[in-house]
Amino acid sequence: MLYIKCPHCGMRSQNEFSYGGDATIKRPELGKEISDQDWDNFVYNRKSLRGKHWELWQHISGCRQWIKVERDTATHEIFKTLKANEEISL
Amino acid sequence: MTQSFRLKSGGLINRDKKISFRFNGKKYFGYEGDTLASALIANGVHLIGRSFKYHRPRGFFGAGVDEPYAIVQLYRNGETEPNIKATEQELFEGLEAKSVNCWPSVNFDVGAINNFLKIFLPAGFYYKTFMWPKSFWYKIYEPFIRKAAGLGTVSIKHDKERYEHKYEYCDVLITGSGPSGLASAYSAAKNGAKVVLAEDKSRFGGTLLTSDVNIGNQSGKEWADSIVSELKEMSNVTIKNRSQVFGYYDHNMLVMSERISDHLPKTKKYHPKQRLWYIRAKEVLISSGSIERPIVFGNNDTPGVMLSSAAKEYMKVYGVLVGKKPIVFTNNDSGYETAIEFKKNGVDPIILDTRKEPQSEIIDEAKNMNINIKNSYVVVAAQGYKKVKSADIAKISDDKEKLGSVENIKCDCICVSGFWTPTIHLASQSGNKTKFNEKIDAFVPGTSKQNEKTLGAANGIYTLEETLKDSFEKGNQLSKEITNNDNKVSFPNVVEKKSTVHDKFWCVPLPKGKNYKRFLDFQNDVAVSDIEIALKEGYRSIEHVKRYTTLGMATDQGKTSNLNGLQLVSKIENKVVPAVGHTTFRPPYSPVSIGAIVGREVGKHSKPTRKSPMHSWHEKNNAVFVDAGVWLRPRYYKRGEENLFEASKREAKNVRTNVGVCDVTTLGKIDIKGPDAAELLNRVYTNAWLKLPVGKARYGVMLREDGIVMDDGTTTRISENHYHMTTTTAQAANVLSHLEYYLQLVWPELNVNVVSTTEQWAGAAIAGPKSRDVLQKLFPNSDVSNEGFPFMGYMEGDLFGVKARIFRISFSGELAYEVNVQSDNGKFMWEKIMEVGKEFKIQPYGTEALSTLRIEMGHVAGSELDGRTTPYDNSLEGLLSKKKDFIGKRSLSREAFMANDRQKIVGVVPLDKKTSIPEGSHLVKDSNAPLPNPKLGYISASCWSVEHNNPFSLAILKDGKNMIGKKLFVMSPLKNKVIPVEIVSSHYVDPKGERVRS
Repeated sequence: MLYIKCPHCGMRSQNEFSYGGDATIKRPELGKEISDQDWDNFVYNRKSLRGKHWELWQHISGCRQWIKVERDTATHEIFKTLKANEEISL
Repeated sequence: MTQSFRLKSGGLINRDKKISFRFNGKKYFGYEGDTLASALIANGVHLIGRSFKYHRPRGFFGAGVDEPYAIVQLYRNGETEPNIKATEQELFEGLEAKSVNCWPSVNFDVGAINNFLKIFLPAGFYYKTFMWPKSFWYKIYEPFIRKAAGLGTVSIKHDKERYEHKYEYCDVLITGSGPSGLASAYSAAKNGAKVVLAEDKSRFGGTLLTSDVNIGNQSGKEWADSIVSELKEMSNVTIKNRSQVFGYYDHNMLVMSERISDHLPKTKKYHPKQRLWYIRAKEVLISSGSIERPIVFGNNDTPGVMLSSAAKEYMKVYGVLVGKKPIVFTNNDSGYETAIEFKKNGVDPIILDTRKEPQSEIIDEAKNMNINIKNSYVVVAAQGYKKVKSADIAKISDDKEKLGSVENIKCDCICVSGFWTPTIHLASQSGNKTKFNEKIDAFVPGTSKQNEKTLGAANGIYTLEETLKDSFEKGNQLSKEITNNDNKVSFPNVVEKKSTVHDKFWCVPLPKGKNYKRFLDFQNDVAVSDIEIALKEGYRSIEHVKRYTTLGMATDQGKTSNLNGLQLVSKIENKVVPAVGHTTFRPPYSPVSIGAIVGREVGKHSKPTRKSPMHSWHEKNNAVFVDAGVWLRPRYYKRGEENLFEASKREAKNVRTNVGVCDVTTLGKIDIKGPDAAELLNRVYTNAWLKLPVGKARYGVMLREDGIVMDDGTTTRISENHYHMTTTTAQAANVLSHLEYYLQLVWPELNVNVVSTTEQWAGAAIAGPKSRDVLQKLFPNSDVSNEGFPFMGYMEGDLFGVKARIFRISFSGELAYEVNVQSDNGKFMWEKIMEVGKEFKIQPYGTEALSTLRIEMGHVAGSELDGRTTPYDNSLEGLLSKKKDFIGKRSLSREAFMANDRQKIVGVVPLDKKTSIPEGSHLVKDSNAPLPNPKLGYISASCWSVEHNNPFSLAILKDGKNMIGKKLFVMSPLKNKVIPVEIVSSHYVDPKGERVRS
């Protein structure tokens, strides 16, 4: 079970969180024309990386904040966590 | 029965307390402090079971967790449990155990015929033999294999015992209380670190209990006892026996199973049977010791052949002799310690040492005691069927390839020592990259991935002095970094006997003309010949060899067989062992009961039960409840002898003709506040929200980004910047997370707050032509006329002194209202509704009637909004705004979503107007078409229409818009039904929606 540092609450066990997928995906702006391919990339296409990965988690049984977590998908090592409004530096 | 193999004195058992127990129905006696194994051996019982594949007789091989043979079915306090190791099960008064994997009895076992068929049962024989004909598998092969194989019977009764879970956080977790565990725990504790020390066995001390050493002028055991009693007094130390750390997971979380009551005849009141600990440790010190490895020779599975360390443990801890004419067969000095112990207890052993001229302190001691030592000698084969009667022995050449002439000597046990294998399971589970240590012919932990270090024998350190020094230091060092204390512990004087190097010999060649089975894996009956076949057939990877032959795949996970298997593969393949590599170690280290893993989350406790504030009223009024997610909702209110069908029909009919009331507290409710609330709703819902006036409600549909309908519900504008959203019961939590996601991550510029208020409001839906009369009585001072309070209106009212929110919304399709009050007033509201509604013939209705009402109205719900349907599929396309963008809109213009013959919701009526249609059935054109019959659609919901008095269903049907009036068939292979049906509009009642506006 992972041990995740919530930027708001501190170290908490994984079972307080729910997973939210790739954190680097940006939703296209509302009302803007977008090609089928770009829309598919936003909705469906994910890289399924092995290694470092920025992902979203929600502290669902805690402060209910969405947070950004940099985790190694192979080793589960967590390098950094950010608040929702903090930018990821890749 | 006398305990004829019990020594006159010695051991750590309590001879003052005699304990009676039964094995295979026969009564025996042992002492307090015995294991089932030690007590049986004391009584001369060595036949304990039959092997898995060949049904060969099985005795005892070890004295603890590594035991591959002695697995029994245990009976305790009216319960039974399989897969119990006799070597671990502590004796208690009245214990009963039975052999497994034998029929009709352990002495006469029908399956033993497999032993004579063994040439037909080679490696992979299950894969080869039972492949065809295919039909034989279910009827013949599988039932036969099931009966013949297996390791006991699982009870199908409800387990009355209680199991608990506990979470623990500590600075240092130490797994094992041998010399390294005690030393490191002691120095870490002295630095003030929060220490958890776990010992799998009932006695602390590990090898200190059996080895002949001296620490600080005390015996090993005395030293262990004094350290343990000091640790027990320290408030920063948790020290647990009967507690096995069996799994090492991510981020230094380890799981430990504590056997609290298994050693007692009966669990004490309010005590759990077992407790599972989730331990998050800053540092882990693995002090799990090592397990002796066997030497492989002919018939080495015969009862009476066992590990030499086990024989010593039975003498030293339990005061029991495993035999009175022992042979000790060894390739290292450990065997001599066992032989010396035999001699001290008046038994004359013979030592067969594979080494030519070994010399050491221990060997000298054995020589001085006049023990018969034969160098360069091996056991070629054990003889005897149910117990060893003699051994074929021979001299072996210096290159270990050729045997001399074979002679037979009488014996009643063969104690084997093939040197020691470090227990690296936990380190390996943690992700440690293990490395091969040539000196000890075994893998040891290498580079750590997590905060873990391995000590003592588990790390391949086999001398006590070195172990203690290293462990004191590591314990001090790691804890110092955490607590900033540096209280050095003075190192005690250590006296131990020096030993010399072991012989790398591990497998005795077969003598000419003999074809003895030489077993590697004793629990799964994997012999040297099986591995040879697997390699001949082309299996190379050790992981494949393992799966094909089942080497190391039994419940003991190959604790005594792994390394010998690797040595064999490396020898045949002409590779070094590290090049072959070892298979993956996975938790649990040793079997854990399912009860402990599940803990208290059993039955009703498996999830929380949510009840509405009106629950007690429903109970009192004969409600029959149904699980709706975690909620308990009334399904119907039973009157007299009514069944579900009759009651729900009555309730639904009463709504259509008079008035009914339904508890809708479970609906998800989300409070939305902020200047940008309307903008949020406008983006989340598919329809327009910017112009909704205060005091009005609106129905909305929300999509996922992929264009699939996520949820629907009404949202009401309570005041300028304040909205009240409702969701379906099932999606309440998801919708809240969905809103939070967009507010926190996608559109943080929107100034809106959302919070769940599901539990803050109790809700009652009042529905039916007379509902306005009831509402007027509830709120005599409010204008509830159609003009004063129109459809989709909202107002606040005073319900006999209680503040209420009133919504004119309808799920049933009738004139209807929903009244919300604060939860604490829910029951009061409900009782008032029933009271004032009496004159209008009000009846409560449950979820079954609720469904009937919405189905015949064609209102979609969870069974249509199932995560696979679009707005169009649900005939909700009228709610899609063309003017604005919203979540998921772009997906709707993808090709498949716009296909002309897309599925759409329709109504379905059986032609005979009688036969009810099972939900989930398929719609087909031709009921006689050959299989697979093309499916046109499926029945999503069914009811008995109270309006038309015949069955009616909703279906999602391909090209639904052009299918109205067509005749199809409903097929349910599950219920063996074929029903001719007509496709009609999904709006079976009041298609124009006039009633809700009346």
